Amino acid sequence: MTATAPIAPAAGRPRRHYGTHLFLVVMAVMWLVPLLWTLYAALRPKAVTDKYGYWSLHGPLNLDNFTAAWSQGGMATYFGNTLLITVPSVVLTLGFASMMAFAVSRFTWRFNLTLLILFTAGNMLPPQVLAAPLFEMFKHTPLPYSISSSGTLLDTYYAVIAVEVAFQMGFCTFVLSNYMKALPSGLTEAARVDGASVWQQYSRIIMPLTRPALAALGTLEVVWLYNDYFWPLLFIHSGDRLPITTGITNLQGQFLLDYNMIAAGATITVIPTLAVYLALQRHFVAGLTLGASKG
Amino acid sequence: MSVMPQTTLPSAAAASAGVTAPSARPRRVRRLSGRDRLVLGVMVGVPTLIQAVLVWIPTLLSVGLSFTKWNGLDLADIRPAGLSNYTYAVEEYPPFWPALAHNIIWLVFLALVATPIGLLLAVLLDQKIRGTRLYQSVFFTPVMLSMVMVGIIWQLIYARNEGLLNNLLGTAGTPGAVDWFGDSDVNLWAALVATTWRHAGYIMVLYLAGLKGIDPSLREAAALDGANGRQTFFRVILPAMRPINIVIVVITIIEGLRAFDIVYLINKGTNGLELLSVLVIQNLVGAGQVIGVGSALAVILLVISLGPIVYYLVRTFRRAD
Amino acid sequence: MASHNPTPFLESRLDRRTLLRGLGGGAAALAAAPLLAACSGGPAPSDPAVKATSVGSGLSDPVPRSAIQAMVDAFKAKSGATVKTNVMPRAQLVDNISSYLQSNPEDVITWFAGYKMRYYAAKGLLAPVDDVWAQIGGNFSEGLTKASEGEDGKKYFVPNYNYPWGFYYRKSVWQEHGYEIPGTFDAFRALCEQMKKDGLTPIAFADKDGWPAMGTFDYINMRTNGYQFHLDLCAHKESWDQQKVKDVFDNWKALLPYQDKAALGATWQEGARSMTSKKAGMYLIGAFIAQDVTDKEILADLDFFPFPAIAVEGTDAIEAPIDGFVLSKRAGSNKTAKDMLAFFGSGAGQDAYAAKDSSNLQTAKDANTASFSELNKKGAAAIADAKYISQFFDRDALPAMANNVMIPALQGFIKDGTIDTRAIEAQAKSLYAAE
Repeated sequence: MTATAPIAPAAGRPRRHYGTHLFLVVMAVMWLVPLLWTLYAALRPKAVTDKYGYWSLHGPLNLDNFTAAWSQGGMATYFGNTLLITVPSVVLTLGFASMMAFAVSRFTWRFNLTLLILFTAGNMLPPQVLAAPLFEMFKHTPLPYSISSSGTLLDTYYAVIAVEVAFQMGFCTFVLSNYMKALPSGLTEAARVDGASVWQQYSRIIMPLTRPALAALGTLEVVWLYNDYFWPLLFIHSGDRLPITTGITNLQGQFLLDYNMIAAGATITVIPTLAVYLALQRHFVAGLTLGASKG
Repeated sequence: MSVMPQTTLPSAAAASAGVTAPSARPRRVRRLSGRDRLVLGVMVGVPTLIQAVLVWIPTLLSVGLSFTKWNGLDLADIRPAGLSNYTYAVEEYPPFWPALAHNIIWLVFLALVATPIGLLLAVLLDQKIRGTRLYQSVFFTPVMLSMVMVGIIWQLIYARNEGLLNNLLGTAGTPGAVDWFGDSDVNLWAALVATTWRHAGYIMVLYLAGLKGIDPSLREAAALDGANGRQTFFRVILPAMRPINIVIVVITIIEGLRAFDIVYLINKGTNGLELLSVLVIQNLVGAGQVIGVGSALAVILLVISLGPIVYYLVRTFRRAD
Repeated sequence: MASHNPTPFLESRLDRRTLLRGLGGGAAALAAAPLLAACSGGPAPSDPAVKATSVGSGLSDPVPRSAIQAMVDAFKAKSGATVKTNVMPRAQLVDNISSYLQSNPEDVITWFAGYKMRYYAAKGLLAPVDDVWAQIGGNFSEGLTKASEGEDGKKYFVPNYNYPWGFYYRKSVWQEHGYEIPGTFDAFRALCEQMKKDGLTPIAFADKDGWPAMGTFDYINMRTNGYQFHLDLCAHKESWDQQKVKDVFDNWKALLPYQDKAALGATWQEGARSMTSKKAGMYLIGAFIAQDVTDKEILADLDFFPFPAIAVEGTDAIEAPIDGFVLSKRAGSNKTAKDMLAFFGSGAGQDAYAAKDSSNLQTAKDANTASFSELNKKGAAAIADAKYISQFFDRDALPAMANNVMIPALQGFIKDGTIDTRAIEAQAKSLYAAE
């Protein structure tokens, strides 16, 4: 392996990388096989795989499992719930994080670094550490029945949204504050001289300039929240309120041993993330590497 | 999704990029008007309040609860318990040490296998080779998936009679077929392979971004000095990548400690897949709620996590002072 | 202060239009906040004006799922009430029952008789249903009535059906090999040995979900030490760290070589399939195994025998859990919910269930048993003849004991045949003391 790991050749002398290609092709195949195997199982009728086994080339390929998984699994509901949780969470996270980042990066005050450190640290905690107290806090937070059928914050989207926002805010604040720090101070100075208030400096000057970072973080957060499993698992108990990633595990119980259906459900669940990947890959990668890359 | 650590580094000094953005000289708040100070107070206060109420206070409450006995039902039933939950967890609770061992194995495996694979891929793909974008896309795809999906997809690979692996090995349907997620001798490793599928792509992307940011003149200089590829990498590139190396170390450790989704999906973290994070949840929200013990386990997990967190914060913010 | 430069990735990608669209969408979503409320709000639990109730069901497998739905539909047709049904995977309901009952439970919930039911009743998470029992009391035997009571003597449970646990097998396989039903443990082991020689896995076994192995423990304990000892052990009136408990595991150890090695990765349905597909000779499981058998021929080929005698009480004790319904605390004043419970406790309600899931046995006296299969009749007779009836370990013991202690302990035992009774006792002490 190491023998095939040369470093970029000196400029102007393209080298042929047969060994490297061989290695990469083998790796790429290994990376693709799980996805292709899932897709293949999803496309095959159960009767055929029962008869010939999954390791076979028999029979028709069709979308029957997909339609069955979609309707029997109630996946439309799960997707709707994901939307209801993800969109407000991302908007609120970016809104709060950008305000916080603006305040800590464009002004100095006594605790700004301390708070930034606390925000950054908070999002690195294992979420399980907070589970019990949050559950109890929400259980004892009364809400009118008109907005929560539990009468408390439990089993509501609000609970999940609140915790997602709190957890993701730390990371976004951190990234945005770095980004904002790099914006020339002259911008806001000039605006201040023209009499712009703090809010105007934030909303008219800094935020527009921060858009690339917001786009990258937004894409990243959408995918992360779409993929979140733990918080809905903890707070939501009604099957018809679960988001897709937590709900999909119900499918596993429901389609017990029916690997074709499970594969179909899995494929459907993967589609939106892959769509984001194809459409907004750069934003996603930028979000991931924002600040992580050497500037 | 908890497994994806939302950690990144601040970008290091921008010297090499050639952009000398005049550094912002933050203003002192004292000089602001009353109204502006109020606005600023709200902009800081609301997020801080959210963060405090939903992250830091619960963390402290967890610490507090770890010194009590409670079945999680009536607040009036909370009774002080001293250190007994800790001694129980460490001395009487059989899954504790296996879980700790599994967390360490998880961490070591990520550090010695998954992360190096990601680094290797990044280094290979950083060369000007054909199809590099295609390769990158392939390796990056699993990063988009949740650990739950990774678990479900690999279940289809690992299933005893239906799975691809045993079919390839020719053991499917025979008594010799290994149940990769069910056999406690192998299921930890099987779960780690599935995790690697996703983790390596993540590391690859981060490292690739770092490599792209390396000043090309560094390489040219090394080449002029007659250094070969390997020498260039280890003597020039690697040291220049120090900030991102730290991120990757921290990400690897934090991922090792936050692993939860995939083992919970496979078998609720029993039978060879015990991890500290799952034991916490089993004791906190399972049918048998033992809040004190669960909280004690949570605090142990917290203390272990604080190591890499503090290390990261110190490295990151020291410069900012 | 060092200046920070955002990554070059971004410089090249400033697609303002995408962005604005994204932000616009976000604003729209915020404006749609009432939608969130609409999706998580609901009527106050005991609004007398609305004739509505709900069922939370952990019966997620296809057959019982449709059976519960049939039962609910029958009630809806009879009463004109609206009933919302929430089906959760069984493991989810059972594992999270505590947090479920505390958060937003449905009114009527599928549950089980036993210590675990009494435990949540005593913790105030269930509502008493004595007024329902005033209507349905005559429908149930004394044993079932007693099993529906909480510690305070009030009723908290309405039985639906019960089912015996025993060794299920295919008659054709046994005929082919000339196997005889073993009456004693020695005969049983000899039979296992013979099956092994004949190329069968003697005992199908599955314990991925942790609970099925408790059935084996319960039977060996009752046969080795008697019914009373078993119940006392479940309630921790007896110590786990004593010879009697070690004897149980010694007896079990003699069976381990005959139980399917792959148990820890298999669900009970996979275990069932290894027996019905003639790979395994027999399977210690509940009568609900029939739910998983769709082939009529195989169903007719199914039979069972009781766990053989070991040391005491012969085969007098039987494990025959009762499944039924409880009422969540806040539905205590919902008249419709209670009407539904009364219906579920009637022959008509139970028959609606049994029409879809014939594997179990209705418990109401006025239920129609004419449609019982041979297997049903045999099961009903076995329960009727039994002197002692146990529920199941995870229903007879403290929830934390069953979940946090026994599951890992039994899984460890299945894996390598070792058990640390001292450690179990230490955990039991701490957990029962915390209550």
